[in-house]
Amino acid sequence: MTRTPTAEPGPAPAVADLATRVLAGDRLALTRAITRVENGRREAAALLQALTPHTGHAYLLGITGPPGGGKSTLTTALVTLLRARGDTVAIIAVDPTSALSGGALLGDRIRMLEFYDDPGVFIRSMASRGVLGGLSATTGDVARVLDAFGFDWVIIETVGVGQGEVAVAGLADTTLLIEVPGLGDDVQAIKAGVLEVADILVINKADKEGATKLATTLRGMLSLAHTPGWSPPIVQTVAATGQGVPELLAAIANHRGYLEHSGARTDRTRARLRAEVLDRAQELLTARLLGLMDGDAGFTAALAQLVARERDPASVAADLVARLAP
Amino acid sequence: MVTAIERKIRVLVAKPGLDGHDRGAKVIARALRDAGMEVIYTGLHQTPEMIAEAALQEDVDAVGLSILSGAHMALFPRVLAELHKRGMDDVLVCAGGIIPPDDVEPVRQMGIKGVFGPGTPMDEVVTFIRANVRPEGHA
Repeated sequence: MTRTPTAEPGPAPAVADLATRVLAGDRLALTRAITRVENGRREAAALLQALTPHTGHAYLLGITGPPGGGKSTLTTALVTLLRARGDTVAIIAVDPTSALSGGALLGDRIRMLEFYDDPGVFIRSMASRGVLGGLSATTGDVARVLDAFGFDWVIIETVGVGQGEVAVAGLADTTLLIEVPGLGDDVQAIKAGVLEVADILVINKADKEGATKLATTLRGMLSLAHTPGWSPPIVQTVAATGQGVPELLAAIANHRGYLEHSGARTDRTRARLRAEVLDRAQELLTARLLGLMDGDAGFTAALAQLVARERDPASVAADLVARLAP
Repeated sequence: MVTAIERKIRVLVAKPGLDGHDRGAKVIARALRDAGMEVIYTGLHQTPEMIAEAALQEDVDAVGLSILSGAHMALFPRVLAELHKRGMDDVLVCAGGIIPPDDVEPVRQMGIKGVFGPGTPMDEVVTFIRANVRPEGHA
């Protein structure tokens, strides 16, 4: 065991060592690398830079849907099948952070206990840490670390979503949207949002009343959309018994084949990386803007003018941005 | 959306062994969450291997063991041994539940730093964890 009981023993060599150990398959190094990335520390950038050339092997599967829809149970059923054929799987399970306390209760793991002694499975719970959209800010980077470690699959399970949480589709190669019978009417299904970003629609709890009607409704919805190239299939499952899960796995393989043969995977990767760069650039800019605002005499004066209604926020913002130039 | 860069304390709350009473564990989990910590709760009937493996995968700063069955003198050393096997000796391990007064010192001696009996104020547990988790920047 090599650990440093004191903080920051000079970041560079420690990070290089950590990256080396991750690539060598050291699970302790893996878990600690994830923590560093999640906490967004300065050395996380160097760590990600060292690991990125070793990524690209893992297939990223996103699973989203309403709370109680069976995301964790379906994940467990999928992992069981993937393990049976020898694939290794990492799971990132995101749960919401309490807006009041900043704390979180992460309970997805409780439904995936059966893999505890399987070295081919690694489960990490993450709190959303204030980010809307169903993921946390660093979920993509954590997926990158798990990819570099060598997992065949990285499954990303979002917080229970409503209608606007589409972030996972920007990250995953294939996104599953879980629907369950009895949650809403046709109008719910018509609402834009998660339905539009799903590559595969899963009707879970398909043994419940209303599954057939839901399938008909969703099929009707999909026929209205014009998606060139790929039309999302609808797969019915009962995750708790495993019913329909082999068919779901086949649908995922189909989509993967489509992405690879059509070149859409490359396009998606390009779009995803572009979006990630934009996100990161915005974070950097926001930090610099806050630096210009906090405790700055000029800005304090401008704020007083704003309060006195002598100026408007837009013009103050323009001044602030003008000061960003080096 | 900007996320504050701050230290989040992560805690695993686990129930080793066979007793089926998890109210205490749930109350603790909730209190730690309300204190701003990220709490992973794994439910009843956990073996030492399951607890240590979850602690590793979640990279928690602290593990809270809740036990009411009386098997603590048998189970706690095994949890600590499994953590050690995984290189997780820097994790703060605490225990709560029914631990007879005569056992408290031996439990502390084996490396379980915090022992909290029934009626312990939540603030005391929160303060103890904050004060005793490993410093940040561990590798």
